[in-house]
Amino acid sequence: MEIAPHRQAELIYLLRHDCGSCHGMRLEGGLGPALMPERLSDWNSEQLALTILYGRPGTPMPPWRPFLTDKEAYWLAARLKAGLQP
Amino acid sequence: MKLLRYLLLSASALVPLQPVAAECLTRGTGDMGIVIERAAGSLKVVDTSNHSELFRVTGLGDLSHASAVYSRDGRYAFVFGRDGGLTKVDILCGNIVKRLIQSGNSIGGAISQDGSLIAVSNYEPGGVKIFSSTALDLVADIPATEIKDREGKLKGSKTVGLVDAPGNRFAVSLFESGEAWVIDMKQQDAPKIIKHTGIGSLPYDALVTPDGRFYLSGLFGEDGLSLLDLWHPETPARKILQEYGRGEQKLPVYKMPHLEGWAMAGDRAFLPAVGRHEVLIVKRGEWQEEARIKVHSQPVFVMARPDGRQVWVNFAFPDNDTIQVIDTESFEIIKTLKTGKGTLHMEFTPRGEEVWISVRDSDEVQIYDTDSLELLHRLPADKPSGIFFTSRAHQTGL
Ligand code: HEC
Repeated sequence: MEIAPHRQAELIYLLRHDCGSCHGMRLEGGLGPALMPERLSDWNSEQLALTILYGRPGTPMPPWRPFLTDKEAYWLAARLKAGLQP
Repeated sequence: MKLLRYLLLSASALVPLQPVAAECLTRGTGDMGIVIERAAGSLKVVDTSNHSELFRVTGLGDLSHASAVYSRDGRYAFVFGRDGGLTKVDILCGNIVKRLIQSGNSIGGAISQDGSLIAVSNYEPGGVKIFSSTALDLVADIPATEIKDREGKLKGSKTVGLVDAPGNRFAVSLFESGEAWVIDMKQQDAPKIIKHTGIGSLPYDALVTPDGRFYLSGLFGEDGLSLLDLWHPETPARKILQEYGRGEQKLPVYKMPHLEGWAMAGDRAFLPAVGRHEVLIVKRGEWQEEARIKVHSQPVFVMARPDGRQVWVNFAFPDNDTIQVIDTESFEIIKTLKTGKGTLHMEFTPRGEEVWISVRDSDEVQIYDTDSLELLHRLPADKPSGIFFTSRAHQTGL
């Protein structure tokens, strides 16, 4: 996945702070579920990337399509599945 | 002379009942407050008269989405952390008096009318725990209604919008199960709970009017809000503003709005719409929509200046670099401020001449004059989020 290092840093910042407003800054859960690898093991990265891009209608999970490319969403999903260093 | 010396000696012998750090302040706390530093798990104790920092207190855990209430003497802040941490901070000494992890994941809390109880609402496991405000001993553990999660496992509903109400009561909403509960703690060893079911789909936050009478839950899953009259807690909750936005497409919400800090100006309430870039104006009494004001983006906090003349609004991602000020007489936006990315929270000084605004990405708190709407001062802070002044100690619902 070639994503420029500065964009990677932006994505991680987005994840911690803006996804973090619902999923917790440490991604241990809040109004939205925890996004830790154990909890995400039922899905592959493609499926998670789709959830990120299109949201889950009827729940507070919004679509991030306007802010992320397919590649970036997939990269985030893969990072979530691998587990982020705190 | 001898007698005087004797009195002085015995008085000084009596003083150190509690170990007091040498650097504790001797002053009133009425012009003090705290600023949460969400990423560092720390907070700053501030002086609002001098725009200065007094202490930095560290070791409070995960403070993303942290909130705080104050003891009635304005000396202790009780800080509710995301990680289920409940921390009692002495703001005159700048230290932690007691800290416990009371659940896996929590969202906020309230202090009882008489100041003796601290209630915490939890996400994981859902429910409400109530502690003594002195030693933080557990007084009551109230589990939430169970619902089935995705895997079909039973788990407690998340509890949100926990507030205090007159009569040593607390009110709370249950997210998944769509309920509002009134918890009566007059008898601390035997809480009495009135449960209102079917109040609406997915209540995400709630507030109580400053007089403690009406409890309003914002609904995520449907249009409108649910209203409970705490003077008549047995009367079923009713829905208001159901007509609002009917048939219109909802916009995605990138940060949930907060109802805390009920913006009440005269007999009008100003509320953030959900999924619409609007502030709603509702007349108290009839609880009908009076007007809506188009604003910059999805509002998060809609807060009235204490005199009710202005309402200040901040916004969700990706527009969280802006604040708008609404005149409550003309309903017009009188100012749009570009405060900077990550403008997360604001707090008015007790009588409203200044407002403190936390700007996460520039690591600072900005202090504005609410009359000239000019920036007066910047105070450095590490990824600041919530700002809480001691004047909250004497306000129902805060
Ligand atoms: C406004 C709140 C909110 C924000 C902001 C938010 N989410 Fe979510 N998210 C949710 C909720 C609620 C769910 C659970 C939906 C459901 O019930 O199926 C969810 C579900 C998910 C899931 C599926 C996991 C699961 O166990 O169901 C992923 C992955 C996810 N979010 C990633 C993200 C990412 C990445 C961001 C930031 C780019 C983000 N979310 C921002 C509320 C939010």
